[in-house]
Amino acid sequence: MPDYSWPIAEQRTLIGKRISRVDSPDKVSGRAKYSYDYFQQGMLFGKILRSPHAKARIVSIDSTAAEKMPGVKAVEILQKVGATVQWEGDEIAAVAAVDESTAEDAVRAIKVQYEALPHLVSDAEPPANAASLAGPLSDDDIYDALSNQMPDQDLISLLEKNGVSFHVDQDFLNELKSSEVPDPVVQAVAKAQFHETTGARSNFQKAAVIKQGDVDQAMSAAEGTIEGIYGVPLITHCCLETHGSTAEWPSKDQLLVHLSTQNVSGIPGQMADPLGIPAANVRQKQDHVGGGFGSKFAADRWDIAAAKLSRKAGGKPVRMMLERDSELKVAGARPSAFARVKVAFNKDGTITGWQSQSWGTGGVGGGGMPPIPYVFNIPNQRKEHIAIRTNTGPARAWRAPNHPQAAVITMGAIEDAAAKLKMDPLEMFLKNIDLAKPRQDIYREEFGIASELMGWKDKWRPRGENISGSTARGLGLSIHTWGGRGHESNCDLSIHPDGSVDIKMGSQDLGTGTRTCILIVAAETLGIPMEAISLHIGDTIYPTSGGSGGSTTIGGVSSSTRRAAVQAREMLFAKVAPALNAQPDDLECAAGSVRVKSDTKRSLSWKQACAKLGAMPATARGKNPDKEHPPDLTNSGVGGVQMAEVEADIETGVVHVKKMVAVQDCGLVIDVKTAETQCYGALIMGISYALFEEKVMDQLTGRMLNPDMEFYRLAGISDIPELVVHMMTGKGYDEKGVIGLGEPPVISPGAAISNAVANAIGVRVPFLPLTPDRVLKALNDRNLD
Amino acid sequence: MRAFEYASPQTKEQAVALLGTNWDAAEVLAGGTDLLALMKSDVVHPRRLVNIKGIQELQGVRSDGGGLRIGALTTLGELADNVNVMRSYPAFSEAVNEAASPQIRNMATLGGNLCQRPRCWYFRNGLGLLPKDKDGKELVIGGENRYHAIFGNDGPAKFVSPSTLVPALIAYGASIRLVSPQGSREVPLEKFYVMPKAESEREHDLRPNEIVSEVVLPAPGTWKVAHYEIRQKQAFDWPLAVTAVALQMNGDNVGSARIVMGYVAPTPWLSADAAQALQGKRISEETAKAAADIAVKDAKPLTHNSYKIQLARVSVKRAILKAAGGAA
Amino acid sequence: MSEDDPNKTTASDSGVSRRDFLKISSISAAVVPLIGSQVVEAAGTPVKIYGPGKVPMELTVNGKKQTLQLEPRVTLLDALRDNLDITGAKRVCDRGECGACTVLLDNKAVYACSVLAIDAQGKSITTVESLSQGNKLHPVQQAYVDNDASQCGFCTPGFIVATKAFLDKHPHPTDEDIRRGLSGNLCRCGTYHGIQQVIAQFAQKGA
Repeated sequence: MPDYSWPIAEQRTLIGKRISRVDSPDKVSGRAKYSYDYFQQGMLFGKILRSPHAKARIVSIDSTAAEKMPGVKAVEILQKVGATVQWEGDEIAAVAAVDESTAEDAVRAIKVQYEALPHLVSDAEPPANAASLAGPLSDDDIYDALSNQMPDQDLISLLEKNGVSFHVDQDFLNELKSSEVPDPVVQAVAKAQFHETTGARSNFQKAAVIKQGDVDQAMSAAEGTIEGIYGVPLITHCCLETHGSTAEWPSKDQLLVHLSTQNVSGIPGQMADPLGIPAANVRQKQDHVGGGFGSKFAADRWDIAAAKLSRKAGGKPVRMMLERDSELKVAGARPSAFARVKVAFNKDGTITGWQSQSWGTGGVGGGGMPPIPYVFNIPNQRKEHIAIRTNTGPARAWRAPNHPQAAVITMGAIEDAAAKLKMDPLEMFLKNIDLAKPRQDIYREEFGIASELMGWKDKWRPRGENISGSTARGLGLSIHTWGGRGHESNCDLSIHPDGSVDIKMGSQDLGTGTRTCILIVAAETLGIPMEAISLHIGDTIYPTSGGSGGSTTIGGVSSSTRRAAVQAREMLFAKVAPALNAQPDDLECAAGSVRVKSDTKRSLSWKQACAKLGAMPATARGKNPDKEHPPDLTNSGVGGVQMAEVEADIETGVVHVKKMVAVQDCGLVIDVKTAETQCYGALIMGISYALFEEKVMDQLTGRMLNPDMEFYRLAGISDIPELVVHMMTGKGYDEKGVIGLGEPPVISPGAAISNAVANAIGVRVPFLPLTPDRVLKALNDRNLD
Repeated sequence: MRAFEYASPQTKEQAVALLGTNWDAAEVLAGGTDLLALMKSDVVHPRRLVNIKGIQELQGVRSDGGGLRIGALTTLGELADNVNVMRSYPAFSEAVNEAASPQIRNMATLGGNLCQRPRCWYFRNGLGLLPKDKDGKELVIGGENRYHAIFGNDGPAKFVSPSTLVPALIAYGASIRLVSPQGSREVPLEKFYVMPKAESEREHDLRPNEIVSEVVLPAPGTWKVAHYEIRQKQAFDWPLAVTAVALQMNGDNVGSARIVMGYVAPTPWLSADAAQALQGKRISEETAKAAADIAVKDAKPLTHNSYKIQLARVSVKRAILKAAGGAA
Repeated sequence: MSEDDPNKTTASDSGVSRRDFLKISSISAAVVPLIGSQVVEAAGTPVKIYGPGKVPMELTVNGKKQTLQLEPRVTLLDALRDNLDITGAKRVCDRGECGACTVLLDNKAVYACSVLAIDAQGKSITTVESLSQGNKLHPVQQAYVDNDASQCGFCTPGFIVATKAFLDKHPHPTDEDIRRGLSGNLCRCGTYHGIQQVIAQFAQKGA
């Protein structure tokens, strides 16, 4: 059987080196085409009419005037009269016209009557006893309970006691089963009594208490405790390329869509049903995507609308890209999370207990509890979470869903405990690092490197003891973990008789270096330059490959590419072996030739070797996972350590980050250069959400007040200090296989910066972003104590 | 953006003749950096744009009796590079360099900067300059007012005056020259800004058929002026507080002073009391702090902006120290 | 005609009435109202009024003259992207906040979203596309490649143009120059570290 395993360090010529990304020349020259750039003479332009209300019932929609306007080619009504919209900016109707201005005029001409309904856009701490699970459960309640990690037994007894408010059918049960909900829960749902419900549901949904050990005993036995409050508001993805697509119908029942997505292969399946055509008749095609960060997995309502408008308009392309304000209002937000935390510990720093009451919103669905306490499996725990159903707009996965929030809450509480003990938090983290099993040794090693790179030992001072004039300086740290196993991926690789090589895969490159890494793996395996390989991705005519989320892409595409390349290489060896008078097993690909391992002078140039293929190319399909072709080339589970150094002006509350260090493990690194860039980028995104970002909702009108790029602040180049990135590579890491890197480094910056600010100014600023008002309030509150 | 008709007059007289007597009729297009954004957001919707960039007499910086006359069409980029401005009005030059981004500075004009609309997020989201709900309740009072006014906020206007150049210009004693079909008038810059009482009014004294022709800077004399901004981001960010201070020294002591705060009230906010408090004093951390305390003593915070009192105080203190030549 | 009609108010204010002085400047404008231009007299002299319908425009983009029929409300950015298929400049905020649409107008960096196409006539418009010659990248572009200063790449063309304009003006930039001079472009992926390396590279050797 061919050897699929990754080449050992000594044999690698490309893997693990520093390679410039292959698509940079296209991007720097403006040649790279994104979905937003798709252009055809005579194409149409789509616009959406959106709800100005955060919650409202639609009384009437009148589009007659719009339909009669010159230049308007199609109008689609997207909501039924009587339907309730649940957030500002929800889609009401769509228009396609000959140019954007005309489409905009037409949208303005559509008359909608709303009956405004009371809304909730606040995720402030719920009043005591506001949350309940009284009454029968809706399907949403059941999903919420599951996503909030409610223990099975609690959910079952709730179903037995309260019943359900909807008719449970087999489809629903099947859906639960396919989501791997345990059988006893599924049976409880099936058996639950139906009760008619009247009246509105509470906006506050209580997740069951989760317990581990005996927290009361731990608290009373502890030599010390701290209580604190920590949190992170709703933030947006703010993809620079907004969500959207251009849709066209090359023939009556064939849709071609250019949708800006992280999920090329997944798009046809989502568009088929709403359009009433088989998924096989939907082709999705995209070259480049201008940011996703977790928010671009779906074919959204506006994309379906574009396809319908195009069909109505005779198949002409209809471009439907969101405006910036809509992007920030409706195209996804990271759920907020806040918690009151109590931590028990001993004088030596050993943490013994964790108690938390947390809350937050993920929009109208409520949302889940962050995984607190994060990384540290504290022996005794009691946790309660209240999910708030709000009209703030839909939540979507945001890089490392729920982990950055969990890190801010957990690492903040532990740093506060260290401060109370007047202990260096680095010491306290190390003291408890065995609670971070099974990665405790990785963290230990990373802490050593990070503290050297930061100069931690020289710079660290106890909390509030490094203030001169109005300038306070401080250090903070945080650790994180993530899975990152490679997703399902199929790769077709062909070696042609003329020596050319092509790769086809229905994957996508979000700017993470996917193209570059695929080519590195293939070129390494075939011993030819990367430029000699032609790579085709971003199209559903190619073999399916998973969506790029959860740091799963690099493991998936590198594994499928490796297997395809090894298999195709074997086919080539079989044809070349007679000419070299050798056995196929004795051959290798190296330095642009196929040669005999034991006698490298017996060789054919790549082109000569490929000519031996005869008339047909050698084409192989590589898959991930592929249990029949071991070994597993990807893996799961990484650890990372980050440290931040800040300066805070205690008179103005303005915080500047002065330096950040990230030490990160991600198994075998395919390309060190793009991996480091991923970490630099994560630190920068982290500085941005630590200091600036917040989706500001107006309580009275229910509207987002900063749906722009001025008051939805993103860090600029001059807000970025010295950044130091260290990738853990070599022995102990490479042999783990390839693991994803998109999520892990973005988890810790907020926590590390928050801790550094607390260390600098001498008091915890509870919530991100660390804006002057919050910093001054924390200082002020302390002075009042 | 709604449709409009467009004209490019070559003279001031043509320009003002093409304007209307109300704001929906026509707007003046100069740099366009603010106006076009407002039109795209449907906050303003003029039926005609009068592009004044072709009017030669509104261009350029001229010396005039020790002072400067700055044509309204002078871009911030041109001002930033202007040696006379740098030499004679360093605090104004600094304010210009700190304003916006290079791309904006290359387009935005001084006249446009002085007439830019408030950055209030209720206003920018189409909820009105004096935003109210359908029952007439003021949105800002019970809403997200973290960036709103701490002075002059007892009327319906709660937004803050948006220009970061204005405090420095007022500190230098600048006035603004305006041209309408009725002729021209010159107004001290601090008098140009007013508190609108109704949604149809604006926050400055420009009439719908009037244009800014120039800004007149008197000779700087021996005034020592400083500009100090507090903002979150290091660059291209709207400040949370800005202060310009002008000091006329009498030996080691202050002879007279001007203290102008920005981003704290619907208009630029002068503190005569704080200026008075400096008179006859030697500038030190203590005297600066005492004056700063006086400058904010009448501030009235809204529900979420009491921190701005502290920021205004610090910006006054630091601007005084900076004007006196110390480190801010 | 409503109270606040511009024609009426202009007339009452200045003694100029468009109705009195209106001269149709072309036959086509007479046939299809609102297309092309009209002439009014203002302060005793004729002034052309364009729009609100489509009017002919000529833009000089990357040295090439392009003729278009656009409404006055179309921005330079949309004219480039949606009419000329010149898509290097991106539409991101559309409000002059992010810099993704940066182009050079008479050699100065501006936001193409904040300039009307009609107002860009007679000026030289330079987009990112003209900086490279075939596969030969401009040194600034090459430095972005070498320093891995792009990820998703959507901000990159705007950043490239802004960086070029910046380095032309500041061949040896200080930190203060960088803070003030490259603040007009935002990146979401976080490529600023790479861009800082690009600037450092030029600061050392000069552009």
